[in-house]
Amino acid sequence: MKKSFKRKAISLLTTALLLGSLAGCGNGETSTEDGGTNTATSGETIKIGLNMELSGDTASYGSNARDGAMLAINELNAAGGVLGMQIEPIERDNKSDAAEAATLSAALIGEEIAVQVGPLTSGCVNASIPVLSEAGIPIVAPAATAANITVDPDTNEVRPYVFRVCFIDPFQGTLMAQFALDSGYTTAAIYKDTSSDYSQGLAESFKTTFEAGGGTIVAEEGFTSGDRDFRATLNKIKGTNPEFLYVPGYYQEVAPLIKQAREAGITIPMGGGDGWDSPDTLSVAGADALNNCFFTNHYSSEDADEKVVAFVTAYKAAYNDKTPDAFAALGYDAIMAVASAIESAGSADPQAITDALASLTDFEGVTGTMTMDEQHNPIKAGVIIEYVDGAQVMNTRIEP
Amino acid sequence: MELLKRNPAALFLKILILAGIFSAIQYMISFKILSTYYQMTLTTLCLNIILAVSLNLINGFTGQLSLGHAGFMSIGAYVSVVFTQNLDAPFLLALFMACLGAALAGLVIGIPTLRLRGDYLAIATLGFGEIIRIILYNIEAVGGAAGITGIPKLTTWPWLFGSVVLTILVINNLTNSSYGRAIVSIREDEVASELMGINIVNYKILAFIVGAMFAGLAGGLYAHFFYIIKPNTFGFMKSFDVLVMVVLGGLGSTSGAVIAAIFVTILSTVLQSFPELRMVLYAMVLIIVMIFRPQGLMGNKELSFKILRRKRGEAKK
Repeated sequence: MKKSFKRKAISLLTTALLLGSLAGCGNGETSTEDGGTNTATSGETIKIGLNMELSGDTASYGSNARDGAMLAINELNAAGGVLGMQIEPIERDNKSDAAEAATLSAALIGEEIAVQVGPLTSGCVNASIPVLSEAGIPIVAPAATAANITVDPDTNEVRPYVFRVCFIDPFQGTLMAQFALDSGYTTAAIYKDTSSDYSQGLAESFKTTFEAGGGTIVAEEGFTSGDRDFRATLNKIKGTNPEFLYVPGYYQEVAPLIKQAREAGITIPMGGGDGWDSPDTLSVAGADALNNCFFTNHYSSEDADEKVVAFVTAYKAAYNDKTPDAFAALGYDAIMAVASAIESAGSADPQAITDALASLTDFEGVTGTMTMDEQHNPIKAGVIIEYVDGAQVMNTRIEP
Repeated sequence: MELLKRNPAALFLKILILAGIFSAIQYMISFKILSTYYQMTLTTLCLNIILAVSLNLINGFTGQLSLGHAGFMSIGAYVSVVFTQNLDAPFLLALFMACLGAALAGLVIGIPTLRLRGDYLAIATLGFGEIIRIILYNIEAVGGAAGITGIPKLTTWPWLFGSVVLTILVINNLTNSSYGRAIVSIREDEVASELMGINIVNYKILAFIVGAMFAGLAGGLYAHFFYIIKPNTFGFMKSFDVLVMVVLGGLGSTSGAVIAAIFVTILSTVLQSFPELRMVLYAMVLIIVMIFRPQGLMGNKELSFKILRRKRGEAKK
């Protein structure tokens, strides 16, 4: 008994030591941050919390948005800051987990942020909202496209502290349906991710617009995230002879799906949403399979617009010649929109920023000129991007 | 533990310490000394303790590798939310139903799968977790893929504390009872314990049901604290996180599970300040612990069981 107690004591001690050393690291970090706060009086820096998916399922979105946001912050700071104050980013990783995102928001409130930018995915944003709203801190979601983010689905009231700089899901489906109709297709099949509300939302609005425009949906099939073999369902879809296949989903499933569709002899054009936008789509599906594939997106790095060109050049210079994707552009725009709101409010107070964001008008972002509507969704353009021999080429820009 | 039971003074002291912890934290919450952030971390901590201790009953004491703990948690979460949100039931009833629902699921899953051993059981339980997730995706009444938002925040510190104490108390008493001895004997040698007249399937199912029940409780508490639940939250990685805690703490040691749950939660929280290196550091710490203490932090019953028994024997002499 005694001996086993000794063993226990040693184990406990080891644990305590390990914990202590870790806590030490943590304290070191915190104290430097605190030091920064203390030396700078409240008026000298504006703290922006970046609550992003830097690891986990959607890490690729988070890292790119973070890079875009950091570029914006560096540009603003280099130009003398906003209202003469430097912007201090506080970056946190929510592991693509909703509870983690909520906890981090609470931590960021403790760090006295003026506004939170992120998370990227709708689920994590939804989890963050209650904590931030309670504290009266505005949140700007760069890429949360689910319809119910800015509006409470139970009461249908606009959430006063929630904003976004991207268009919403239904708009993407509408855009693609419009594009398919304009291209002269009359029958289409939908193959959606039933485990994602994003995919369901896009499919729904595509269907509505396509049918309203005189088209027919000949097949509607589903897969779930994590699926890798789509051959059986693709053959079933092939049997219904659609002229267009709409696959709103995320790149992890869409890339192998496109490859398998082409292998199964489905040569018709395929369309999707911004979930396609990842370098992985090309590396997995291959350039040949992606020919005659289109997706709706927030922006195109190929756009000749001078704002886009300037952004792409700066981004490439800052990040080893990497081409910024839509998430990077939206992260950049989120920060710039906040900066613009702070400037027009003349104050970095969270409430003042909230009011200014609500009345944001003709803000010229990389992803288009936006005006906040009464539901805190920006009214802005979308683009159709086409894959041509592995390259993303801007097909058309569709204004709302 | 046995020593404490025989000693009323020690028992009294134990109750006093628990009451002290409870009121100290309650005081800090009531007077807003503890920020929302720390309250959230505290909640995660308590939930992790409940999950780790209950999974330890299945994995550690019974020796059945289960990877479906998050599945039971999701059942508890969804059942409790249906009761509070849709049926306006009191929270206590909702939590009770969460436990019952998860326990029932444990029974249904346990009967066919617990006849399997080792790897096969692990795969079956993993499959169960995934099945639950996919089913929830496709039930529109509970929000489908988007899950449920706007859940009333009913989980408070007294609920959390009470649940943690209840979990540890029940599982500790169970493992120290004759049932517990039978359960441990199954882990040590199924054939031998069957020869001794122990109905191994029944005892396995018992452990499975009790473990599942507390996972359901954790799910109910989780749902009513974080406002939002969706099928994705309770994926394989969640089961895996709990398994990490159990292995880290030492298979078959309740105190080990508690310490590991606290350790992992604090580690994860401390590393939040280093977003770039977070997962790397987290993995590194786990690897280092496993290299230097392969039996887990407190693992005085796993791997080194034979040595320990010998040592215990010596100590008793």
